[in-house]
Amino acid sequence: MKKILALLLALVMVLGLAACARPETQTNTDPQNNGGVVTPDTPDENVEIDQAKLADLKIGFIFLHDENSTYDLNFIKAANEVKAALNLKDEQVVMKKGIPESSDCYEAAVELAEGGCDIIFADSFGHEDYMIQAATEYPEVQFCHATGTKAHTAGVSNFHNAFASIYEGRYLAGIVAGFKLNEMIASGKITAQQAKIGYVGAMPYAEVKSGMTSFYLGARSVCPTATIDVKYTESWYDETKEMEYANALINDGCVLISQHADSMGAPNACEAAGVPNVAYNGSTNSACPETFLVSSRINWAPYFKYIIAQVCNGEAIATDWCGGLKNGSVELSEFGKSVSEEAKQAVAEAKAKLEAGELQVFATSTWKKDGKEMTTYLADVNTDETWQGDTEVIENGAFQESKKRSAPYFDIDIDGVTTK
Amino acid sequence: MSEKVVKKHHREPLIHITKRESMAWWKAWSIRGVAILLALAVAGVIIMLVSDLNPVDVYVAMAGGNFNLEDPSQTRMMWVTFQKVAILLCISLAVTPAFKMKFWNCGAEGQTLMGCVAAATFMIYCGDSMQPALLFPLMLLVSMLAGALWGVIPAVFKAYYNTNETLFTLMMNYIAISLVAFLEIVWESPKNSAKVGVINLFTKGGWLPEINGNRYLPVIVTVLLVCILIFIYLKYSKQGYEISVVGESQNTARYVGINVKKVIIRTMAVSGAICGLAGMLLTSGINHTIYPDAVEGQGFTAILVSWLASFNPIAMIFAAFLIIFLQRGAGAIATNFGLDDSLADIVTGIILFFIIGCEFFIRYKINFRHSKKGGVD
Repeated sequence: MKKILALLLALVMVLGLAACARPETQTNTDPQNNGGVVTPDTPDENVEIDQAKLADLKIGFIFLHDENSTYDLNFIKAANEVKAALNLKDEQVVMKKGIPESSDCYEAAVELAEGGCDIIFADSFGHEDYMIQAATEYPEVQFCHATGTKAHTAGVSNFHNAFASIYEGRYLAGIVAGFKLNEMIASGKITAQQAKIGYVGAMPYAEVKSGMTSFYLGARSVCPTATIDVKYTESWYDETKEMEYANALINDGCVLISQHADSMGAPNACEAAGVPNVAYNGSTNSACPETFLVSSRINWAPYFKYIIAQVCNGEAIATDWCGGLKNGSVELSEFGKSVSEEAKQAVAEAKAKLEAGELQVFATSTWKKDGKEMTTYLADVNTDETWQGDTEVIENGAFQESKKRSAPYFDIDIDGVTTK
Repeated sequence: MSEKVVKKHHREPLIHITKRESMAWWKAWSIRGVAILLALAVAGVIIMLVSDLNPVDVYVAMAGGNFNLEDPSQTRMMWVTFQKVAILLCISLAVTPAFKMKFWNCGAEGQTLMGCVAAATFMIYCGDSMQPALLFPLMLLVSMLAGALWGVIPAVFKAYYNTNETLFTLMMNYIAISLVAFLEIVWESPKNSAKVGVINLFTKGGWLPEINGNRYLPVIVTVLLVCILIFIYLKYSKQGYEISVVGESQNTARYVGINVKKVIIRTMAVSGAICGLAGMLLTSGINHTIYPDAVEGQGFTAILVSWLASFNPIAMIFAAFLIIFLQRGAGAIATNFGLDDSLADIVTGIILFFIIGCEFFIRYKINFRHSKKGGVD
């Protein structure tokens, strides 16, 4: 026993030593890089690609899961679409599916690099560090990563982030929801004060909050009395919980549901309860024909085409790339059968305004925080140890989402949003 | 005992089973070889029945998931395979002393994870500031102590209060997993992502150094060393002998004057410490980060490996290789043929079934009536 006690004591002492102050580690923060997000204006169908180089190109994809996940399916579909559109041969496109967010991602990336890939793409947030690690070792290969946040500060020139201004798609979907709420108010089903939306979110993370808020602002632009209740499942994919939470929100008086989570849990709950639903990442029209309103999604094909074109033409890939409505990166699905012509018309008008830059989703005049209009906000754009807001993002009367880096950083709980 | 299995009847039953005293090693291994071939044949038939794939292609793809067959000069894949074998082997070696003692240690997962925690702590707080000559020995020591601590707690309760060690060690796993989930929030980067990310990505502080530019060798060499040490420890040391005596019969052990409590606690400390070492290798040498699923259930797979090898550390190298080969091969099948994991799981299941099944024929003898030679292998 004595020996064990001595061992334990030693352990405590050494652990105590180890807990010495955390040293300031260096981060390659370079504020000069801020604001360098490339936002394409036109569809890239007519971009010329050097055909001789294209015939020699090899591109590798790393996917978190396989086709059974709606999230990865969206990427896999786009990859196959681009492969067909550019007449790439089978051996030119290597797909590695089911690569976890661990050192397996690094091994997969390195294997692709050694296998002669010119471009390597990874689709999941947690792949980022491993992609950077591989990028530092293979400077001649381009590493592209969706949804990541570190490219603009990492200082690794062959590592790139990409996203899309999906908040614009969400806003348009929100307009459809707003019209639905107005219909319910007009028919006397609910009062204007009862126009409460329920939102099943994955994590209280900027990407989710940005999508939720833009959807809410879209709805409120049509139905000013709308409020929104949000419940976070703390998981990106949990069918049971998503269904449970949707039901809880419905029982709590929410008359319309939307979600940012990858399963069919919430849409199915809505179909069963007869509550209208706005989907994300893909249409649920066939599974939930009675309650489906509309869905927004990111189409990754334009980005894949872009990176291939840049490499073949010997041009640099943008450190941060953010596709939008104009170039086809952000898409709205078909409308559900209960959506009125009036709503469709309004969506088309708003889309035209967004594309023309006449309408800003996060215009500060349309929302308040603690009863006040915000004129300044430091968002945590640069991923570093401080986790403090570091970049002014309210400019020209609007919160400039996805302009300082491609991944969303809107993380404000605006008035009207209640977290349950 | 074994001779009494057969009851005297006026008519002998068609078959009867007797326990073998021993079997020549080459005979045992040829039985295992035949079992693998049979497994491949049966799995082949099933592959043809449920899919339109050629079984040979499937097996080639499995091998291709472990070794680069197209370009054998590319050795990285092979090194990754061996590195994975090394980690599984290390945890299997760790659970072996306890199992030999008939202490059902189901806590290797948690003990390894605690090693990961200790290593990650050092990497985060001291990785960039401490001299490597001091950092790595300390990291090693504390990781092993952390693993040992997680093993000793259930051992003390077993020795003094005779608690159920299976349940206790299992519960310790959950504590370790929850602890890591908590630390993930403390150390998360970026904020709210609930992920630690690669620690010291640019400085590589606290990353296990490479040997000759090879990042996989340090882990592999360390584990081979551990393998030899455990082999010697179990077979030739006094403590190793005490472990087998306690495992055979605690009463006998007491009778010959072995302090059973001490042996239980000491053995679990050894078990846990090696798990802690595996955790350190995993975190400092491979993952460079920490998350609740970092050990990936290998704490449980290790039990299978240890039993499959009949607690023989050298045989464990092959058993661990087999499991890793099947796992990595299964992933390759799914990728190459655009399938989900189901077909790969079926193939893995069939192969494991045959391999575990063939141990029956190695340990027991089947006697047929009128059979003069009295046995079929």
